[in-house]
Amino acid sequence: MNAARLARGLLRPGTPVAAGLAAFRHGLALASTLPGCPIVQPLRPHMIEPMRMTSTFDEMWGRGMGQAQSSDCEDAAPGLQVQAARPGRLTQAQTMYEGLRPPYRAFDDWLRAENPARLLKKQREAEEVFRLTGITFNVYGRAEAAERLIPFDIIPRIISGREWARLSRGIEQRVRAINAFLHDIYHRQEIVRAGRIPVEMIARNAAFLPQMIGIEPPGGVYTHIVGIDLVRTGEDEFFVLEDNARTPSGVSYMLENRETMFQMFPELFSRNRVRPVSNYPRNLRRSLAACAPAATAGDPVVAVLTPGLYNSAYYEHSFLADKMGVELVEGHDLRVMDGRVAMRTTTGYKPIDVLYRRVDDDYLDPLNFNPDSGLGVPGIFDIYRAGGITIANAPGTGIADDKAIYSYMPDIVRFYTGEAPILQNVPTWRCNEPAALAYVLDHLPELVVKEVHGSGGYGMLVGPTSSRKEIAAFRDKLLARPGNYIAQPTLALSTVPIFTRAGLAPRHVDLRPYVLVSPEGVTITPGGLTRVALRKGSLVVNSSQGGGTKDTWVLEE
Amino acid sequence: MLGKTAGGLYWMFRYLERSENTARFVAAGQRIALTRSHADDEWTGVLQTTATWDAYRAKHGEVTQDEAVHWMLCDRDNSSSVLRVVEAARNNARLVRTALTREVWESVNESWMILKEALSQRVSERDLPQVLTLVRQRSAHVRGAFAGTMLRNDIYNFARLGTFIERADNTARLVDVKSYVLLPSSQAVGSSLDNVQWETLLRSVSAEGAYRMTYGQDVRARNIAQFLLLDRRMPRSLAFSVGKLVDNFHFLSDSYGTRPPSAAQAQALHDDLLSSGIDEILDRGLHDYIQDVLRGVAAVGSQTEVDYRFYA
Repeated sequence: MNAARLARGLLRPGTPVAAGLAAFRHGLALASTLPGCPIVQPLRPHMIEPMRMTSTFDEMWGRGMGQAQSSDCEDAAPGLQVQAARPGRLTQAQTMYEGLRPPYRAFDDWLRAENPARLLKKQREAEEVFRLTGITFNVYGRAEAAERLIPFDIIPRIISGREWARLSRGIEQRVRAINAFLHDIYHRQEIVRAGRIPVEMIARNAAFLPQMIGIEPPGGVYTHIVGIDLVRTGEDEFFVLEDNARTPSGVSYMLENRETMFQMFPELFSRNRVRPVSNYPRNLRRSLAACAPAATAGDPVVAVLTPGLYNSAYYEHSFLADKMGVELVEGHDLRVMDGRVAMRTTTGYKPIDVLYRRVDDDYLDPLNFNPDSGLGVPGIFDIYRAGGITIANAPGTGIADDKAIYSYMPDIVRFYTGEAPILQNVPTWRCNEPAALAYVLDHLPELVVKEVHGSGGYGMLVGPTSSRKEIAAFRDKLLARPGNYIAQPTLALSTVPIFTRAGLAPRHVDLRPYVLVSPEGVTITPGGLTRVALRKGSLVVNSSQGGGTKDTWVLEE
Repeated sequence: MLGKTAGGLYWMFRYLERSENTARFVAAGQRIALTRSHADDEWTGVLQTTATWDAYRAKHGEVTQDEAVHWMLCDRDNSSSVLRVVEAARNNARLVRTALTREVWESVNESWMILKEALSQRVSERDLPQVLTLVRQRSAHVRGAFAGTMLRNDIYNFARLGTFIERADNTARLVDVKSYVLLPSSQAVGSSLDNVQWETLLRSVSAEGAYRMTYGQDVRARNIAQFLLLDRRMPRSLAFSVGKLVDNFHFLSDSYGTRPPSAAQAQALHDDLLSSGIDEILDRGLHDYIQDVLRGVAAVGSQTEVDYRFYA
C-alpha cells in the first residue's frame, strides 16, 4: 500500500461520525498501562499530509453508508427497512442493494426471508440465554447489581476466506516479531544497538521488567496468548490499533456468541460454511502444555490463576478453566514447596507445571514485585527463574504492547522478520519531535491527542468533537509538555449493520482475533471478538459505554 | 480437586438447603399463627428455629409476624435470610463453576435472579404462600439438575456432605423448638391445640402424608419425635441425614484411600443416634439430646473443613 493511499484511507477530519479514535482506543485498551518515555524517532514524511475521504466503509453493503448517518435519516440502514404495510417482512431498496459484498450474499438471502418479529424475539431470547449462563462482567465500585451483561447483536460480522488468509498472515508475522522483540529486549537488545529503538524507550519504560533480563522462558515463548486489535477502513485496509500481549480478555464471548448463534439460527450454518472456533480451549490447553518447564514429570498440569470472584473477567477465567478441564486457582490456593509451585487439593499439595495467569505482573509475586499484593504467590518468580514453572504470558511482555512502543511496530516487524509488515499501524505523531509537534498544533481539530501514560480516557483531546475553547486550552497543555503526548488521526472505521426495531442500522466495529503461540507454532482462531458501538455514530465499543458484541464468521473458501 | 472447590461445593449446598428449610419454617409459622390468638408469640419459636434469634433481638424490640417474616426472608442484616443464603449459594457456585455442570450452574443462577426479584421488597401476607412455594420450587429445581447431571465423584460427595450437615442441623433445631409441645404429651394425650401444632411440625417438613402412611391417623408426640429423629426412610429426618453423611464419607474415603477423623466422627454420631430408642431419648430429656446432636453435627462439619483442606 503506498503512502498516499494509506493516508487517504486514514484521515477523516471533522465529520460527525468521527467521535474520537482516542475514546475508541480507550475502549479497547483494557489491560494497558502507559509508559512515560519520550519518543525520539524521526517522523515519517507520509504521515504529515492528511487526505480526505467521503464515506464510511460498510462491511455488508460496501461504500455508501454515509447517508444513513445524516441527521434526517431514520436509524435504519438504506439496505433493509421494515415495511409497515406488510408487517413482518424485511425488504431492501434496490438502489442500495447493488453494493452487497460477496461474503454477505447467503446471509442476506436468509435475512430477507426472515420475519422481523421473529428476529426481535430471537434477539430477546439471546439476551435471556446470556443472562442465564451468567456471561457477565463486573462493574467496579458498585455493590448492588454489580454484574452486567454485554449486549449481543444477532447480525454476524462476516469475513471472507481470502480476507482472513491475508489477515492471519499479517497477524502471525506480527506475533512472531513481538516474541523475537521480547527475547531480544531481555537479552542482547540488538534492536537498540542497531539504533532502531532509542535506549530510553526501553530502560525508562515502566513496562520493562528488569527481573526478566537473561531469563529463558520455557519453550522460548513469551506471549502464549495474544489479542491483536484490528480496525478496518476499506476493502483492503486493515490497521492494528493495539497489540495485547499481556492477558487479553474476551475470548469467552467469541465462543459463547457462536454457541448462541448455533442455538438460535442453526439453519444459517448449513447455508454458510463458517470455520469453527470451538476448538480454542483445546488448542489453548495443548499450546500451554507444549510450553511446560523442564521440571515437569508426566502430563503437564495446567491451571488458570484468577484474581477472584470479583474480578471483572472472572466469568471468563472460570469458563476457560472449565472448557480446558483444568483447575481455576487463586493466589491463596498456591504455595511454593520443594522448588515447585503447588496447589492445595483435598488430598494435599500438588505441583503445577503451567500457570495461565490472569493476574497482572505487578500482583504476581509480593516477594519479587508489589509487596502489597494479596493476589499472587510469594516466591513464584524465583521458581520461574529456576525453571520450575511456566508462567503464561511471561512476566514483562507489557513492553511489547506499550503505547509508546506501538509506533515502532513496523520497524520491529522489519527488524526481526526481514519482511515488510503485512498489517499497518495507525500513524502516530510523537509530539516531542519538533516537526510532528508543529503538524499536530496545526491540525488539532481533526486529531486525537493523548497522554503517553494517561489512561481511563482522561487528559486527552478528541479534536473533532471538541469546542474551540477546549482545543485552545489543550494547546497550552501540549505546548507546556510536548513529550507527554502523542497524536493520531481519527479513523473512518468500518461499520457492520446491527439489528434494531426499525431494521438494520450501521454501527462501527473493531476485531480482536486470538492467537496462541507455542514451540509447535502459531495458531490463530478464525474469527475473534467483534465489538460494536451500539450507539449511532459512536466509535466507542467499550462495554461500559454502550458497546456490544457480534458473532464473527470466517467463511471457508 | 482443590480444597477451596470442595469447600465451595459444601457451602453452596449448605446454603441451598438452608434457604429451603427457612421457607419451610416460615410456612409453619404462618400456619400456626392463623390458628392462635397470640400469633406473634409463635414467631418467637420460629425465629429460634433458624438460630438467628439473638441477631433479631439486637435489631428489633418485639416480635411481630410482619417483622419476623421480613427478617427470615428478605432482611440483608440477617445472614441467614433466604435472600442472603441464596446469594451466598450462588456466589459459591460461581467459585466452583468448573466443578458444576452447565445445568446446575444455570439453575442456581436463575434461582438467584428470580428470588432476588421476589424478595427485593417486603412480602405481603397475601403474597407469602406463593413466595414460599417459589423458594421451595427453586431448591427442587437445583436439586433435580444436580441429581440428573452430576458425575458421582468426590465433587458430588462434598455437595452431599453440605446438604446433609445442614439438614441434620435444621431438623434437630425444628424438633428442639417444639420439644415443649412434644414433651408433656409423651405421657398424656394432647389437647386439640397441641394436635394442630404437631401437624404443623410435620407439615413444615412436608411429612404429614408420610407420617400417616407410617402411623395412621393417630397423631402422637412420641411418634412424631420418633419419625423426625429416628426414621431412616424419612428424607428430612436426623437419622436419614446422618446416614447420608456416613455414606458420603465412605465414598470419599474409598476414592482417596484414607479415612480422615471427620469420617470417624460421623460414624460415631450415627451409631450414637441409633443406639437409643425414642423412649430412652424422651426419658433422658429431648432438649439435652438435641443439644448433643447439634454439637456433634457441628463438630463433624468443622473437622471436614480441616480434613479436606477447605481453607489455606
